[in-house]
Amino acid sequence: MAIRSLLSINKKKQKGVIVDRNKENSFPADLMTKCPECKKIYLSKELENNLKVCTNCDYHYKMTAWERVSILLDEGTFESFDENLRTSNPLKFPSYLEKIEIDSLKTGLNEAVLTGMGSIKGAQVVIAIMDSHFRMGSMGSVVGEKITRAIEKATEYELPFIIFTASGGARMQEGVISLMQMAKTSVALKRHSDHGLLFVSIMTHPTTGGVSASFASLGDLNIAEPQALIGFAGRRVIEQTVREKLPDDFQTAEFLLAHGQLDAIFHRKEMRDKLATIVKLHQKGGVSNV
Amino acid sequence: MSKSLDFEVPVVKLREKIQELKEIAKNADVDMSTEIETLETRLQQLETKIYTNMEPWDRVQVARHAQRPTTLDYINEIFSDFIELHGDRSFGDDEAIIGGIASFNGQPITIIGHQRGKTTKENIRRNFGMPHPEGYRKALRLMKQAEKFKRPIICFIDTKGAYPGKAAEERGQSEAIAKNLFEMAGLKVPVISVVIGEGGSGGALALGVANRIFMLENSTYSVISPEGAASILWKDATLAKQAAEAMKITAYDLKAMNIIDGIVIEVAGGAHRDVQAQANELKECIHNALTELTILSETELINDRYDKFRKIGEFIEEEVEVKVDGKVDVEVEVN
Repeated sequence: MAIRSLLSINKKKQKGVIVDRNKENSFPADLMTKCPECKKIYLSKELENNLKVCTNCDYHYKMTAWERVSILLDEGTFESFDENLRTSNPLKFPSYLEKIEIDSLKTGLNEAVLTGMGSIKGAQVVIAIMDSHFRMGSMGSVVGEKITRAIEKATEYELPFIIFTASGGARMQEGVISLMQMAKTSVALKRHSDHGLLFVSIMTHPTTGGVSASFASLGDLNIAEPQALIGFAGRRVIEQTVREKLPDDFQTAEFLLAHGQLDAIFHRKEMRDKLATIVKLHQKGGVSNV
Repeated sequence: MSKSLDFEVPVVKLREKIQELKEIAKNADVDMSTEIETLETRLQQLETKIYTNMEPWDRVQVARHAQRPTTLDYINEIFSDFIELHGDRSFGDDEAIIGGIASFNGQPITIIGHQRGKTTKENIRRNFGMPHPEGYRKALRLMKQAEKFKRPIICFIDTKGAYPGKAAEERGQSEAIAKNLFEMAGLKVPVISVVIGEGGSGGALALGVANRIFMLENSTYSVISPEGAASILWKDATLAKQAAEAMKITAYDLKAMNIIDGIVIEVAGGAHRDVQAQANELKECIHNALTELTILSETELINDRYDKFRKIGEFIEEEVEVKVDGKVDVEVEVN
């Protein structure tokens, strides 16, 4: 296929859609990716090698939970928790479970969060990574339960807890039960905190609604990835309420940092190093310079 | 006479009819007592029928009634010596949340609640009961103050939700709500929350991490308004009535799901029909809950709150056990 036709296929691609590993060799469109921010076109392989960050403009693409495990944790140390939890349909919403099933097959996850234990540069941590490819990362009972169990394990083993959030908020289809997951995770975090343990929240694109208004904002350190959308209410809702045009950078990580709502923004390339340093600086008995 | 709601129109009409007959009887000097009696019996039956068979959407209407009693109404009826305390000490005073100290049956307590207005002017001042971050931070300040002086905390929930505005985002609406959930979890004093009107999403929950949660019979508690749910789920806000049913937002729904501890029965037709009677009902409920909670130690109170929220959630847990012969046995347990 001529390179020109390859490029035109890519132009039709949806914003932010990225290589599906399973299809790597089947469809040529996956060979190339066009940055939704700066429109630069490059080899998808090149993007993967750059931690899914645009080599030209630093745009941070969405990542799957497993991709984050592979770039953050020491190789082979991750042990996944609670993969046996399954979503039920408490409010009996039509086709809810079918949607869950489809996203489960698509992502290889049982729900919108992957939790487990592993090490970062040798330091043990409990980690939860939300995946926005699964029902927009929305939080229902299983997400709430997995995160709560992970926090409780961290408390039990006296380990730091690290979460990467990516969520549209509470899951509508589980109604008020979803809302209560905000309280459930928060009471667990309070207990973890009362044991003098470290909790680092890293907000990635997007972190909004009930997730932003619970554990995502409760870190001893609240960190974000560059340009991540973070906020309580949706932009359109706010524009309708206040009847004014909001600035372009409204609810970005940079906006939050400027308004005193974040401790720091870490580039994806430095995330592992910085997290390792933060964990090291909170170790009991002081810093051992290894 | 307060505005009537759609579902209660037959009752209102019949009541008007009886009134009319009474007038005629008085002026025309005709004896109509039998007719009036018959109609009054029918009115009673009709009232029972309509008010005991309210649909979720009817309850939403009652919960939103302009004359529905607010936090301040209950404060005036139930507590004595109320002194309002203002401000979050860092930005301002959000009048969408009201708080202060008072006595309840002779015991000092702290009261915090969302506060709607009853007139347009008051509603503007109180932002229709939709708080900004400083409202939640004022609430937290008063909770910590209550903890210092070992006063129980009573929260009244009555909000469409936290305000979705530009300034609210800039000042950390998410963080303010999250911090309340977190800190309420650790309070060493009894906390009782009562949903008295609308309990809208995180903005409601931020006063709701309590040892005991009650709902007035016609109040609602939900993750999103019926209109919002309808527009997200079915792209059509006019399906709010159906959404009110599907989302399971009534006091009876939440009791059935074991999320709340009890329902405070309302006077026929809704709390606005007799504020004093409603307040007495609520007072008894608070009294009973306080009696149960005051005997608990600080640790017991915290653990009680932990256990309460820890168990909320519905999911399936497949128990994967590896048997001796190497076969994997899958058991399904529904939580």
